[in-house]
Amino acid sequence: MRTDAVVLSVAFGYLALLFVIAAWGDRRAEQGRSLIGSPTVYALSIAVYCTAWTFYGSVGRAAEHGPSFLLIYLGPTLAMLLSPFLIRKMVRIASVQRITSIADFISARYGKSSSLGALVALIALIGITPYITLQLKAITVSHAVLVNYPHAPELSLADEAFWVDKSFWVALVLAVFIILFGTRHLDASERHEGMVAAIAFESMIKLVAFISVGIFVVFVMFHGPGDLFAQVAASPELVGSLGLDAVPGGASGWIGMLVLAFLAFITLPRQFQVLVVENVDERHLKRASWLFPLYLLAINLFVIPIAMAGMLLSAGDPDSYVLTLPLSAGLEALPLLVFIGGLSAATSMVIVETIALSTMVSNQLIMPLLLRSRRLHLGSRGELAGWLLGIRRVAIVLILLLGYLYHALIGDSYSLVTIGLVSFAAASQFAPAMLIGMYWRGATRRGAALGLIAGTLIWAWTLLIPGFAQSGWVDDTFLTLGPFGLEWLRPYALFGLEDWDIYSHSLLWSLTANVGLLVGISLFTRQSPLEQTQAALFTEAMHPGLMETSLWHGQTTRGELRNLLDRYLGTGATARVFAGQGDSQVGNGYGNDQPAPPEMIARAEQALSGALGNASARVLINSVVRGEALDLESILSILDTTSETLEVNRRLEQKSEELARASEELRAANERLRELDRLKDEFVAMVSHELRTPLTSIRAFAEILRDSDDLPDEKRVHFLNVVVKESQRLSRLIEEILDLARLESGRLTLNPQHLDLVELTRHSVDAVHHMQENRGVALEVQIEVEQAPVVGDPDRLEQVIINLLDNAGKFADETSPKVLLRLGRYKNHYRLAVEDNGPGIVEEERERVFEKFHQIQRPGETPEKIRGRPRGSGLGLPISRGIVAHLGGRLWVEDAPALGGACLTMELPEAPES
Amino acid sequence: MKIPRLGERLVALVLLATLLFTPPLVQVFDRPADGLSWLPLYLFVAWGTVIALAAWLLEQRPGE
Repeated sequence: MRTDAVVLSVAFGYLALLFVIAAWGDRRAEQGRSLIGSPTVYALSIAVYCTAWTFYGSVGRAAEHGPSFLLIYLGPTLAMLLSPFLIRKMVRIASVQRITSIADFISARYGKSSSLGALVALIALIGITPYITLQLKAITVSHAVLVNYPHAPELSLADEAFWVDKSFWVALVLAVFIILFGTRHLDASERHEGMVAAIAFESMIKLVAFISVGIFVVFVMFHGPGDLFAQVAASPELVGSLGLDAVPGGASGWIGMLVLAFLAFITLPRQFQVLVVENVDERHLKRASWLFPLYLLAINLFVIPIAMAGMLLSAGDPDSYVLTLPLSAGLEALPLLVFIGGLSAATSMVIVETIALSTMVSNQLIMPLLLRSRRLHLGSRGELAGWLLGIRRVAIVLILLLGYLYHALIGDSYSLVTIGLVSFAAASQFAPAMLIGMYWRGATRRGAALGLIAGTLIWAWTLLIPGFAQSGWVDDTFLTLGPFGLEWLRPYALFGLEDWDIYSHSLLWSLTANVGLLVGISLFTRQSPLEQTQAALFTEAMHPGLMETSLWHGQTTRGELRNLLDRYLGTGATARVFAGQGDSQVGNGYGNDQPAPPEMIARAEQALSGALGNASARVLINSVVRGEALDLESILSILDTTSETLEVNRRLEQKSEELARASEELRAANERLRELDRLKDEFVAMVSHELRTPLTSIRAFAEILRDSDDLPDEKRVHFLNVVVKESQRLSRLIEEILDLARLESGRLTLNPQHLDLVELTRHSVDAVHHMQENRGVALEVQIEVEQAPVVGDPDRLEQVIINLLDNAGKFADETSPKVLLRLGRYKNHYRLAVEDNGPGIVEEERERVFEKFHQIQRPGETPEKIRGRPRGSGLGLPISRGIVAHLGGRLWVEDAPALGGACLTMELPEAPES
Repeated sequence: MKIPRLGERLVALVLLATLLFTPPLVQVFDRPADGLSWLPLYLFVAWGTVIALAAWLLEQRPGE
C-alpha cells in the first residue's frame, strides 16, 4: 500500500483539497458570509506557528535536549496572554494605517521610511528563507522515510535530478496556490480569506495526525503512560533525559529560549501576517489568547512520550520518530496520516510565509526602486495594477525557488531545529524597533536602522556563518580560534562569554547591540516632522477618536487623484475608494476639476498604502498633491494637546468636585444663617411682646391712680400691688433675657464648686413648697441617695430645680395636681426627675419645649382658657438647659413613669473625688 | 460592557505565568522521582493551569 503512487496521489489529493477549501472561503467572502469570522478560526490560523519543525522536530529536540522544546511554545503562550494589550494595539495600528507586513509596520512607524522598510524586508528574506527550506526538506525527508522503510532513507539530493525530488513539485503546487489565493487583488482591506480558511483547516489536520500517533504509541505500543515511563526509568541512559541538565545552557539557556520564542512569535513575518494583517475583528483576540495556547499544549502533549518510546525502541533518526514508530509496528494507514499531518504543517507555513515575504519584497524592495525610476514614473499610460500583481507573483516564485535551491545546496548538513532557531533569532531583531517604537515616542529612524543593522550583523556572525562553516562551506577553524587568531571574536564565545548555548549567546549580544543603539542613537538624533507624527499616531493608537482627524491639507483635483488610483489599483478598487464619497458622477468625468476634499486624499493614501506600502503611497500622493500636503504642525499640536487635555480635564474635574463640595457647604451655612436670622427676628418680636404686656398693665394702673383721686383706699392698694407685681415680673423677665443672652454668647459666669445635690434639692423644695401648697399642688419628694456630690453653681442649679418644679406645677392635672420629684443615681451620674400628672408632651413637641418663648398648646385648650392659668415666660426651660449643659449635664423630656404626665429629667455627672 | 479590573488581572496572570515558567521555580521541580525528573509533568500542569485561568478570566461576562 505504501507505494510511491499511493503516497503521491494522497499528497497531491490533499493539496487539491486545500484549493477547494480556499476557493470556497473566497466564494463565501464575496457573498459576505465569511468563513473566518470566528475567534476559533482565528486561533487555528495562528497555529501556523506549528510548522513541520514542530511536527517532526519537537520530538527530535525532546530526545536530544529534554524539555527545552517546550520553551518554544511557552514563549508564545506568554505573548498571547499579553495579546489584549500588545497585539490588540498592533492590530489597531495596522488597520488604521493599512499596514500589510512587519516591514511596512516598522517603516510606517519611523516616518514611512522606504529605506528602513527595505532593510527589514532584506533581513527577513535572508533570515526566513532557510526556514522555508526547512519545510521543503521536511517534506522530502518524510516522504523518503515513508517509502524506503525499513531501509534507511538514503538521501543524496545532489545525486538526484530535481524533478525526482517530490518537494520540488510540492513547492510548485504551492506557488500556484499562493498566486491564486494570495494575490487575487491588491486592495489589502480585502483579506486572504480563502487562504486563512485553508490554513485553519491544515491546523486541525496536523493536530489530529499528531495526537493519533501519540495515542497509538502510548496506548497501543505501550500499555499507557505508566508502562512507558516505568521502562524509561529502568533504562539508565534515558534517566537524565527529562531534567534540566539535558537543556543546553542550563538556566540561562532556558530563559534565553523563552525570550527568543516570545519575540519570534510576534515578529516572524508569517505570525505578523495571521495575527495582525489577517485579523478580521479585534475582539477575536480575546478567545484566541487562551485557545491558541491550548492548541499548543495539545499538540505538545505526546512529544515526550513519543521521544522516549523512540529512544527505547531505537527507531532511527529522532526527527522521524513520529513516522518510524508506527511504521515499525507494521501499520499502513497511520504513517500516511502522519505524513499528511507533516505535509499540512509544512505547506501552511510555506503558504503564509511566502505571502508575507512576497508582499515585503514587492512593496518594500521593488516598488520603491520602480517609483524612483524616472521612466516608469512618468509613463502615465499603462495600468500599473497589473504590474504590481505581476511583481508579487514573480516574487512568490522566486522566494520558493530560493528556498528550494537552498534546500538542494545545503542538503543534510543542518538538523531541522537548528535552522528554525536561527530564523527565530533573525526575526527577533525586529522586536526592539517594533515594540519600543510602539510605546516610546522618542525612538528615531536612525536609531532603529542602526540597531537593526548591528543586531543582524551580530546574528549573522554568531549563528548564520558558523552554521555555514559547520556545513563545510567555509573553513571552520575560526570557530575555535577566532578570525585572524582574535580569540575574543569567536562566534560562539563572543568577548569571551563561554558556556552559553549558542542561541541565548547570540540573542544576548545581538539584542543588547540592537536595543542599545536604538535607544542611544534615538536620544541624540532628531525626528523629522512626519516621523514625529507617525510616532505619536503609533504610541497613542489606543486613544479613542484620535484617528478621525484628517491629515491632508494639500490641494489636488479629483481627476488627478482618480487617475493616480486608476493607474496603481485598477478601476475596480478606485471605484470602491470613491464610492464612500457620495459622488458617483465623478466616473463620468463630472467634477474632475473640482478640488478633492482632505478626507478623499486621506482615503486615497490609505488605499495606496494597503496595496503598495506606506512609503510608496506617500511618494505617490506627494506627486499629485500641491502645497503643504500634510499639516504636520497641527497634527502634532492636536496629539500633544490630547494628552495634555486629558491631564487638564482630570484636574478640572477634581477642581469642580471641590467647588461643588464647597458650594454645598456654603449653601448649608447660608441656610443656617437665614434660620438664625429668622429666629433672631422672632426673638426680638417675642421679647417686645412679652415686655409690653406687663408694661401695658403697669401703665394702665398708674394712669388710673393718677387720674382718679376719688379711689377707695383698698382699691388703690390693690392697684399699687398689681403695679409692683407687674414690675417684678418685668424685671424677672429682663433678668431671664439677660441670662439667655449671656448663655448664648458664652459669657454666663458660673461658680462651679463641689456641692451636694441632695441638700440643694431639699433647699429648693422648701423654697417652692409654700407656693405649691397655695396652688393646691401635691408635691411628693423621693430622694434615693444619701449624698449626691456634683460640681455646679448652687444658685444656678437651684434656679433650674425651682423652674422645673414650677413648670410641673403649672402643667399638672387641673383638678388634683400632683408633682413628684425623684433624685437617684444612674451609673456615674445623678438624675433628678420631675414628673407631673398632666396630659404630657407629645413626642414631636419634646425638643421644642426648649426653644425660646415656646408655649405648650395643650390639647383641647383655647388661648382664652390659657389665660386662666399661670403663664411662664417661655424662657425658663431654654435657660435651664443652657445651665445644665454648661455644667456638663443633660436635660430632656420623657414620659412620666409614675404619674403619667411629662417628666423632665436633669442628669449631672458625679463629682470626682477630691 | 467592560469587566472591571480585567487588565490588572491579566497582567497579574502574565506575571504568574512568567514566574512559573522560569528558573528558579523550574529548578525546584527538577527533582528525580524514580530516577526521572518531575520537570515535564510540572510544566504541563502549570501550563494547563495558566490557560484555564486565562480562559476563566477572558470568558466571563460582565455582571456575572
